[in-house]
Amino acid sequence: MEKFTALTGIAAPLPQPNIDTDTIIPQRWCKSIRRTGFGPHLFHDLRYGEDGSERPDFVLNRDPWRGAAILVAGANFGCGSSREAAVWALREFGIRCIAAPSFSDIFAANCVANGMLPVALDAPAVERLTALAGDPATAEMTVDLPAQEIRAAAERIAFGMDPRAKHRLINGLDEIAATLTHDAEIAAYERWLDAERRWRRPAPG
Amino acid sequence: MSSRTLYDKLWDEHVVRADGDGTALLWIDRHLVYEMTSPQAFEGLREKGRGVRRPDLTLAVVDHIVSTGDRAEGLGDDLAAMMIEAMQANAAEFGIAFYDAFDRRQGIVHVIGPEQGFVLPGLTVVCGDSHTSTHGALGALAFGIGTSEVEHVLATQTLPQRKMRNMRVTVAGRLPLGVGAKDVALNVIATIGAAGGTGHVIEYAGEAVEALSVEGRMTLCNMSIEAGAKAGMVAPDDKVIDYVRDRRMAPKGADWAAAEEAWRALRSDAGARFDRDVKLEAGEIAPTVTWGTSPEDAVPVTGAVPEPDSHPTEAKRAAARRSLDYMGLAPGTPMREIPVERVFIGSCTNARLEDLRAVARLVKGRRVADRVRAMVVPGSGLVRAAAEAEGIAETLVEAGFEWRRPGCSMCIGLNEDVLAPGERCASTSNRNFEGRQGRGGRTHLMSPAMAAAAALTGRITDVRELG
Ligand code: SF4
Repeated sequence: MEKFTALTGIAAPLPQPNIDTDTIIPQRWCKSIRRTGFGPHLFHDLRYGEDGSERPDFVLNRDPWRGAAILVAGANFGCGSSREAAVWALREFGIRCIAAPSFSDIFAANCVANGMLPVALDAPAVERLTALAGDPATAEMTVDLPAQEIRAAAERIAFGMDPRAKHRLINGLDEIAATLTHDAEIAAYERWLDAERRWRRPAPG
Repeated sequence: MSSRTLYDKLWDEHVVRADGDGTALLWIDRHLVYEMTSPQAFEGLREKGRGVRRPDLTLAVVDHIVSTGDRAEGLGDDLAAMMIEAMQANAAEFGIAFYDAFDRRQGIVHVIGPEQGFVLPGLTVVCGDSHTSTHGALGALAFGIGTSEVEHVLATQTLPQRKMRNMRVTVAGRLPLGVGAKDVALNVIATIGAAGGTGHVIEYAGEAVEALSVEGRMTLCNMSIEAGAKAGMVAPDDKVIDYVRDRRMAPKGADWAAAEEAWRALRSDAGARFDRDVKLEAGEIAPTVTWGTSPEDAVPVTGAVPEPDSHPTEAKRAAARRSLDYMGLAPGTPMREIPVERVFIGSCTNARLEDLRAVARLVKGRRVADRVRAMVVPGSGLVRAAAEAEGIAETLVEAGFEWRRPGCSMCIGLNEDVLAPGERCASTSNRNFEGRQGRGGRTHLMSPAMAAAAALTGRITDVRELG
């Protein structure tokens, strides 16, 4: 997994609350057995008209946000379906960090699993960042994960972070490999199950 | 030991290793897998040379992308066919039990899990699907995960998790006639908001919840994710124990006795502390419908489309204006004057036998309105067979409903069952997001009885008027 330390890039404002994963990547573009190929369909129905042409009013179709690396989003971002393709699509487009007042839990976990940083901030801080992101002169921001700070124009905004997610992102850890180092404990739990919790097995039916 | 909630007890029982920082490695008792969110996980295993640790605790099915028409005809969709084939091949390669599209036991993943006795009270259950919260109705800790986590569970049968906060939602008193689990669920979401449950596990309690059938509790727990909660659950009682007894994969003999003893202890202790306590009065809940594009946009059917300016925050006001534009609705329109062209009765929220019985009771001897296309998609092959045996299917077909084969169908619009742009649908599913049932489609969420009533009149209707 790609490491995340500090990132400087263009931030795009997307202040609408409750942007769900169906909006991020509509279901009809999720028919795939790969992790790639979703980027062109990111925000498909917001980004393209019925005829497939770009909608000029959508922020990611305009410069400088076409090259955005950061999204400043509304509350409850990534709600709805657990589809990880939402994160794969954002990553492929070039987004590596999302700042919002809140995220759905599953979406936030999917971000971290893909080297993408979800930053939860209080609503006034998000409003200030949204205003800065909306102006091309101030749309460039730096997200510094080790320092847990976003720097944009004169703003210095500190953010909280789950220490475990932070460690994982900074080191680009393969979480399965990390869990497998605890194999002895997993095996011990399995033995306890077999001895003490036999009813928890599926009956051969 | 100090007083614990139901969630605390389920959590403690499954900790393989506590990390001291509020996270733990949790044992996963059951893993449900289907075609949409698993292929990349299996691919990941192959890339790293890893296997499936416990295929015996894993069950695979196809549901999201299958046709609900004649399956022998094939899909006519190469991408969908590829995903179904991948599921079949992965299940075979890793030794996982698999119900294909022709298996009687096939159906929506959250319908078949409990139906087969694969899911039990007291277990941890995951699936790469957000509505895994459904299984909490049995008193299980059940939650949806992403594909990377699916891979993690396949490889290790565990998942590193952070403990969530405890929320209790009490529904006091008795539900009025014509009001059911779906109405309760929509009211909970409207009360706490679509993000109100974020970071929490909800335990539903109170007289009205206890009075719900196990299937009704599944509807309620199913929608927990639409309030942002990690999981929803109800303490198991006699109804749950009777529901589980004799199911195919449920424990038998001495195992059953031990299970029953364990299940009876699965309830929040009297002094247990909840981080948040929410109370609803059952008597105040009416048949409920959504007007917008978030499940929190719910009002009583006797109400009207709200004025955008009536919302408390500017963000919500802007979102409401946008929703109304998408939905093609004017503020102040009485909900009961909104016409529908399509009716969808199905999904993991409302496609179990009890749901179909409620529909059949209402439509018996009546006809679907002329301009309306109405379909019923049973949640599983066994639900379909039971409904046919009881004469429900016949009643529905006589009334003018299409009677289809089990799958997710128009809940997600991945197969032939989609709304055309601008089409308006009374739907028993769980999400009214823009484009969820097809690009430009307009979804109004409601209970099965309410959707059936809309089918008969061609507009959103208060089911209590039809009797
Ligand atoms: S019925 Fe709908 S919500 Fe339920 S699992 Fe299928 S697609 Fe998801």
